Amino acid sequence: MSDQNIPPIMDSDDMERSIMRISHEIIEKNRNLSSIVLVGIHTRGVPIAKRIANNINKLKGLEVPFGELDITFYRDDFSTKGAILNAAKTDIPSDLPGKTIILVDDVLYTGRSIRAAVDHLLDYGRPARVQLAVLLDRGHRELPIRPDYVGKNIPTSKEQRIQVKLNEIDGKDCVLLTDADSD
Amino acid sequence: MPTATEELNFTGKNLIRMADLTADEIRGLINTGLRFKEVSEREIKKVPALRGKTIVNLFFEPSTRTRTSFEIAGKRLSADVINISASASSISKGETFKDTILNISAMKPNAIVIRHSSPGAALIASQITDCSIINGGDGAHAHPTQALLDLMTIAEKKKNFENLNVTIVGDILHSRVARSNINALRSLNANITLCAPPTLMPPRSDVFGAKITTDIKKAVKGADVVMMLRIQQERMGQGLFPSLREYARYFCLTPEVMKETKDDVIIMHPGPINRGVEISSEVADGNKAVILYQVTHGVAMRMAVLYLICGGTKDE
Amino acid sequence: MSSSILIKNGHVIDPASGLDEKTDLLITNGKVASIGDNQEGNGAKVIDASGLIVSPGFVDLHVHFREPGYEYKETIKSGAMSAVAGGFSSVCCMANTSPVNDNGTVTSEIVKKGLEAKAARVYPIGAVSKNLDGKELAEIGEMKEAGAVAISDDGKCVLNPKMIRSAMEYASMFGLTVIEHCEDESAKDGVINEGEVSARFGIKGIPPTAEDSIASRNIVISAYTGLPTHLAHISTKGTVDAVRLAKAKGLKVTCEVTPHHFTITEDELESFDTNFKMNPPLRTKEDLKAIKEGLKDGTIDCIATDHAPHASWEKEVELDKAPFGIVGLETALPLSLKLVEEGVISLTQMIALLTCRPSAIFNLPGGSLKKGSPADICIFDSQKKWIVEPEKFLSKGRNSPFNGKTLKGKNIVTIVDGNIVYNPANL
Repeated sequence: MSDQNIPPIMDSDDMERSIMRISHEIIEKNRNLSSIVLVGIHTRGVPIAKRIANNINKLKGLEVPFGELDITFYRDDFSTKGAILNAAKTDIPSDLPGKTIILVDDVLYTGRSIRAAVDHLLDYGRPARVQLAVLLDRGHRELPIRPDYVGKNIPTSKEQRIQVKLNEIDGKDCVLLTDADSD
Repeated sequence: MPTATEELNFTGKNLIRMADLTADEIRGLINTGLRFKEVSEREIKKVPALRGKTIVNLFFEPSTRTRTSFEIAGKRLSADVINISASASSISKGETFKDTILNISAMKPNAIVIRHSSPGAALIASQITDCSIINGGDGAHAHPTQALLDLMTIAEKKKNFENLNVTIVGDILHSRVARSNINALRSLNANITLCAPPTLMPPRSDVFGAKITTDIKKAVKGADVVMMLRIQQERMGQGLFPSLREYARYFCLTPEVMKETKDDVIIMHPGPINRGVEISSEVADGNKAVILYQVTHGVAMRMAVLYLICGGTKDE
Repeated sequence: MSSSILIKNGHVIDPASGLDEKTDLLITNGKVASIGDNQEGNGAKVIDASGLIVSPGFVDLHVHFREPGYEYKETIKSGAMSAVAGGFSSVCCMANTSPVNDNGTVTSEIVKKGLEAKAARVYPIGAVSKNLDGKELAEIGEMKEAGAVAISDDGKCVLNPKMIRSAMEYASMFGLTVIEHCEDESAKDGVINEGEVSARFGIKGIPPTAEDSIASRNIVISAYTGLPTHLAHISTKGTVDAVRLAKAKGLKVTCEVTPHHFTITEDELESFDTNFKMNPPLRTKEDLKAIKEGLKDGTIDCIATDHAPHASWEKEVELDKAPFGIVGLETALPLSLKLVEEGVISLTQMIALLTCRPSAIFNLPGGSLKKGSPADICIFDSQKKWIVEPEKFLSKGRNSPFNGKTLKGKNIVTIVDGNIVYNPANL
């Protein structure tokens, strides 16, 4: 079955609204906005983090420092079998001490990516606090990790697959929920 | 950068020689190496990918460069790296190669990097032990990580390997670097030219599928890549050439010779270089030489190799 | 002394006497007593050889039994047992032991141990030079009196042309032939044949010219002096051609080839398996073809194994550090039979190459089933298929390149001097 035939569980408007809401919540929750740094987790956390940064800029006229994190080498569940390594750049701006880091990812699932991201982040220094923003939370946590900002909660089964598509990478915005054996 | 076919990366347990790899596996390794290059440019150059893994550098012949490169690569991946210089230890006490390999394997390392003066040593080791074996250079046979880092350097500078003109100049007869590069470049459909005095060319050099000449100017004409090989001084004593001076007269890469190459040629050398023998200082220090990039890429490529061989859950 | 043995219903082939028929053969008092149909044994032990070939026991001009000095590799006893297992009733063992067989005392000791083995006849080959170092002649006369049948520095080549000529001249006084291991100094440090495989894998090569140059030198000396020269284990097309030319001129040049040199090539070395490392090295397909031609047209006089056992731990090392040599006595027959199956030579030719032709070179007894000949006989099954399992060899050596291969043809019974010395099937 091709992607076109599956109705998206979020369309571009839904996604824009969710990301805007997260942006508002971040502003609300962090009184000292000048201490926050947005850090996107590769791959799709990066454009989402950028959109949040843009929103905050529009809403508050403030340039929020922005970074990106590649966690490939920090994962404890990676498989090297056959796949081309999908590692990317890690680029963390400014000194971390005293900052509030907001990690941004597209989907929160087992929590292992976030664990790896926190490990990687802490290699660069000791931030004052680390918060987590995700576009989707699909449950099935394997580690004690809880997001601070959630775009949408989507109950799923483990056999299902969530595909987040972003304009910056995929040429369009939508979220698809497919059965694992549908492709 | 060459594009790799997805899901066809290198999945081998051992890395013995380039001839064992498919073109897709070579491309996969190059791409993985290029990704690892970024890690070496990070402020924190260490990632935990191989935390808890043990890598033994088992060196039966001395080699500071390759050993150091593997050691840095392993450490940047958070592996525990142990260096054993076998020439200084068990071998002088009469232990056989097989017993040495079995003893090291019994300590359960995840991979053993072997450097040895005997061709085939790494292959034989892989038949003795279940531990992963990485060939760090065996006699004049193979030096796959050197070839891979060379290819990675070419990949970064050139669009494509297809029909790329690569010239290799120097002691082909005794060179594992040449053999590994020839095998890999052939898989990737590059055009290879070899240039050496007949005494430093194997008698059946037709097996390399390369153009062969003794004239360095003809050899580098139209070349996109020129690889110079190190000349070992002890070959003089074996009656293979009369003197370094005469060797340099006919085989040194000088600015004069460089006029024959393409403008965007890159000059490579596995190091350490003999200035004024196989390469003149002007060329070695010139903007076409990528010799130091090769060294940087050595670490990245060895990280890639260690990562793909030792890393992760392989049976998912 | 041995009692009578009657071998019934076998296919008896004796190239020396032109015999090739299904018949019975009676042995009494250690000699071939009579050959003919429907013989009565009169109390003789009867061996039913139906479906089997009855041949003179094989004669191997070239083996290395490691005694004295390297008994852990092979003893004269284990070597002589390995020989009879392979169908060989006579073997000539090379002098590169420790101490070297370069004097009568060592020669006598080898003869004595050979008799004690009660297996194949063991004939010592004396050294050409003291300690095989090519400088001074060994005591050839004394060794001849003690039982040496030829002289050779095998394992090493006699490089000095003056020395080899002296040896040929001096040995002629005792009617002994000098065997040359043809290998000049260009082979130094070589590991495998200089060719495609050595080029591809960066392994040091032994050029074919290393053999050809010495073979040609010896032929030239033989032509000049009129003295015989025997070229051991020839392996190249160049040497086959040189010998053919020498024979056409009527020179006293003889040569031998090993089963491995007419069976496998340098291509096997892609595995870096040390059991394919021997000297001379496995050569190219063209060389193999030339050797088969030489066997077919009679240029090559005989098949010899160059049986060279080594301990497993000595071979389980890097290719360039491993010793040269493989065991051959227990696989020679099936490999030779393959030549018959391929139509290179006839079965009679094959048996001649293993019996009367080698024995004639050194004037050894045996090699024939003529009435009154010593009862040295082997009875073999030319069709039996078996898998080579070196751990089952009677030789101490396990270093066979044919390990695990299925071969066709197996020796069943060996009789030496009228005694059954090998008969595991209890025929």
